[in-house]
Amino acid sequence: MAKIKPPVPPLPDSLNPSPRRAGTKPPPAGVIAQGQETGISAVNWIDERLQLSGGLRWALFRKIPRHDWTYSLGSSVMFAFLSQAVTGVFLAMAYDPSTTGAYESIRYTTNEAFLGEFLRGMHKWGSTVMVVLVFLHMAQTFFYGAYKYPRELNWVIGVVLLILTMAMSFTGYLLPFDQRSYWATIVGVNINGTGPIVGPYLSDFLRAGPEFGATTLSRFYAIHMLLVPGAIGAMIGAHLWLVTKLGTTSPPWNRPRHRPQGSDIGVASSAPSSNGSSDQ
Amino acid sequence: MNRAEKEAYLREYGQLKAEGEPFFPYSVAKDSIMACIVMATIIGMSIILGAELGPKADPTSTTYVPRPEWYFFFLFELLRVIKPPELVPLATIGVPTICIILLMLLPFYDRGPERHPLKRPIATTAGVLVIFAMGYLTYLGASAGSPNEIDMKAPAALAGPALIEWEKGRSVVGQAGCLACHKIGENGNDGPGPVLTHVASRLPEAAIAQTLRNPTAPMPSFKNLETTQPENFKAMVSFLGQLN
Ligand code: HEC
Ligand code: HEM
Repeated sequence: MAKIKPPVPPLPDSLNPSPRRAGTKPPPAGVIAQGQETGISAVNWIDERLQLSGGLRWALFRKIPRHDWTYSLGSSVMFAFLSQAVTGVFLAMAYDPSTTGAYESIRYTTNEAFLGEFLRGMHKWGSTVMVVLVFLHMAQTFFYGAYKYPRELNWVIGVVLLILTMAMSFTGYLLPFDQRSYWATIVGVNINGTGPIVGPYLSDFLRAGPEFGATTLSRFYAIHMLLVPGAIGAMIGAHLWLVTKLGTTSPPWNRPRHRPQGSDIGVASSAPSSNGSSDQ
Repeated sequence: MNRAEKEAYLREYGQLKAEGEPFFPYSVAKDSIMACIVMATIIGMSIILGAELGPKADPTSTTYVPRPEWYFFFLFELLRVIKPPELVPLATIGVPTICIILLMLLPFYDRGPERHPLKRPIATTAGVLVIFAMGYLTYLGASAGSPNEIDMKAPAALAGPALIEWEKGRSVVGQAGCLACHKIGENGNDGPGPVLTHVASRLPEAAIAQTLRNPTAPMPSFKNLETTQPENFKAMVSFLGQLN
């Protein structure tokens, strides 16, 4: 059955197979050709049901203004976050979130488990790298004026991501349960408690009660590995959705080479245009 | 931005976009290279710097001076810069909360059409100042030194048992958390307590011991130390008694 096609944006020329020259022989219909045929029809079967290829083509081949390397800071944060997620899963496999077992389980990971210290090191220094990159990314969007119309909401989501990232490092710091992390967390929670209005409630919530007790650690663990990462994942999704929808900014010192046409309104315009695409 | 400015922006942006490059491979290539650099950095730091684990948490010891992760130093330093106790809540929660709210609402009060950093002098100056302030506070936090050690040379006149006693007092004072509130030599925080580098020139040993037993708040009392570890208490007092 031929595939029923929803309208899709065209592929760029370079990806379309070039037409066969007159006089050359058609390729032999061997095993390879058969395999290709099977692959294509399998992909078509899936796509007929999911109808993703249009969106994918749009997302991959939509044009974006030329930009510089600082525009890769956002995706660098994302990669640092992914690295944290993967190393975090492996750390969780050996972690015991109880006041009696936490220190011992981290000691086991560090000193005995295969590549354990390397894994902990990646998670620990990955957090530093991620925090630094978040601040750099924020500085970039600030100085490039990227928070202005129509990207205001993306900035707001970004600030939420900043807070969530800091919450990650605050809650993660307690988990090894050594002297350093224990006392720094006590002080941090107490500082929260001095805040106006919500302060005392927030610190009670973090401690799971008025005193720092056995459930505090498991609460921090749940916040650190379920609540905040889930929220960060969802927020990154919203952030990237807006970025793709609105398009990334152009560095403010770049000007169009041709005068804008009056008809060309619309940020999300996906219409391919022929001018200027290959003249760099 | 008013309506005309918005339309002008969208028109110019549409043109820039039309003159741009397809996301794949233009952007994807750059992002992939950056991803490799990020991963290489993390792996390199992990191999070179490792991950240490300190002594196990001990809720009964009150002698440990906490130090947060370095990127929280600037928040911690705010605590020190703002000293009067009635202003402490302002420093700890007030200032960060106000900063976050200002940050979040930025696109709603900075609505001008200009995007070039040099054509937005106020925003750019404010941004640079904030970066310097945070950098400076982080530097202050980082250079406060190891929080439970006092780097001091014994007076040349000391020798034998007196020198040993002095060294012991130096480490007891370091471990006892005094540096959280007092500056001694190069170490510790200047405030909320007075600098102790030259206490002995102000107070005789007996008065120092009396202060430790019966201090004025917020300084905690060290009477317990005297009953449980009298020789440590003595070493502490005699160390302080020689700081003149
Ligand atoms: C919570 C903060 C804090 C800690 C911890 C602390 N102090 Fe104090 N200390 C103070 C304050 C505040 C004062 C000033 C009190 C006053 O004005 O009477 C003070 C006063 C003193 C004085 C009297 C100084 C003078 O010039 O009058 C001495 C001596 C002293 N502290 C020694 C120590 C020692 C030794 C330790 C550690 C074992 C220590 N303090 C721990 C806050 C602290
Ligand atoms: C977990 C944290 C974050 C991730 C993973 C992330 C990811 C990204 C990515 C991939 C982009 C597109 C490419 C680029 O311009 O870099 C982007 C754009 C953007 N981000 Fe973030 N970001 C994060 C945090 C932040 C923060 C803290 C802010 C600011 C407060 C912010 C504000 C913006 C803005 C305004 C844009 C649009 C930039 C443009 O169009 O030029 N983001 N983000």
